[in-house]
Amino acid sequence: MLVVLVCGIGLGSAAALTLSAFSDNLVFFVSPSDLVKSAFNGRQVRLGGLVEAGTVEKSSGGQAGARFKVTDGSASVPVTFKGILPDLFREGQGVVVLGVEQNDGVFRASEVLAKHDEAYMPKEVAEALKKSGRWNPASGPPPPASTWNQPATEKPPG
Amino acid sequence: MPARSGRTLHRFANPGQFLRLSGVVLPWLFWAGGLLTAGSLLWGVFMAPGDWQQGDMVKIMYVHVPFAWLASAGYFSLAMASFVSLVWRHPLADLAAAEIGPVGACFTAVCLATGSLWGKPTWGTWWVWDARLTSVFILFLLYLGHIALIRAFDDPTRGYRAGAILALVGVINLPIIKFSVDWWNTLHQPASIGLTGAPTIAASLLWPLLFSAIGFTLLFAAIVVARTRAAVMERRIRSLLMARATSASGEEVAA
Repeated sequence: MLVVLVCGIGLGSAAALTLSAFSDNLVFFVSPSDLVKSAFNGRQVRLGGLVEAGTVEKSSGGQAGARFKVTDGSASVPVTFKGILPDLFREGQGVVVLGVEQNDGVFRASEVLAKHDEAYMPKEVAEALKKSGRWNPASGPPPPASTWNQPATEKPPG
Repeated sequence: MPARSGRTLHRFANPGQFLRLSGVVLPWLFWAGGLLTAGSLLWGVFMAPGDWQQGDMVKIMYVHVPFAWLASAGYFSLAMASFVSLVWRHPLADLAAAEIGPVGACFTAVCLATGSLWGKPTWGTWWVWDARLTSVFILFLLYLGHIALIRAFDDPTRGYRAGAILALVGVINLPIIKFSVDWWNTLHQPASIGLTGAPTIAASLLWPLLFSAIGFTLLFAAIVVARTRAAVMERRIRSLLMARATSASGEEVAA
């Protein structure tokens, strides 16, 4: 009993130490601010953030692709991508792009993944939130769920 | 062995008592679990609305989320059985630990498979090595390791001890799974249902999810109880055969 407890405490602290030591390597992606702050190194990284509203240009030629900016609110990084975007890609959506930062500051992506948020709602609720002006999907995640059921006619605060 | 707690435990969990009690409870568990699961899946798939951006794809949730929750909860029950087996050396806990393992592994496999099927059309990839997906994969490996280890010894008691220690060590993975989406940047979204704050799932999608979670939980419990009953009876048959064999050979020697 005591042995089990001591072993448990020992293993727990060992795991905690390991995890905190590797914390930087456990992140799946870096934010635009991190990327802008870090010195240019030409290494392949994953960049994660929201697709900035009004920056998406889909290429109109023979090859599928797009240019857009990924932002975390304080910094934004221009991204170019050749390939097929995931279905959930849109302005204001979270994305994780894998690629390399170029000399000119443009991030050349080889893979774009959509990262959706934890909110799930039927089309009618989303429409009501948009119509009442409480949420613009292009600008970011929806308002707190506790406000979803308020009548659609209510004016947004402020 | 602490005498008092040991005795109370034995009164409620001696194998004969367990067989009688579980025989009464088991049909109820199966029927309630089956009906709830079937009803909530029909509700979720055919009557609940789709998500505003994922459409009907969101309905994988009604299987994926209960199985993900049961993968962790099942491991927690495995760890509790292992604790009882290690500390009080209770034979029923030994058998329960051996029987929870394969069920938990199957549920984790279904969680990983449905998550992968959901990830491809929404995220754009079948699999990534982010902290949530990797920690659940480690949970799956822990289950597999436990299944192999607990059956790896000629002397079953040594297998129960070794399996229990592995199961208890692996508990460290459960908070890592739960909080991986909060501690690190992951592709997997954070939890939609928490203890604090309103769930970020609209009520029309949330209700069938809650019922399917209860239904699958009852089914999980029913499968584990049925397997443990079978293991208890198997052990009884084996000891009866052993007794008969020894008495028969004893008679031969005497004759």
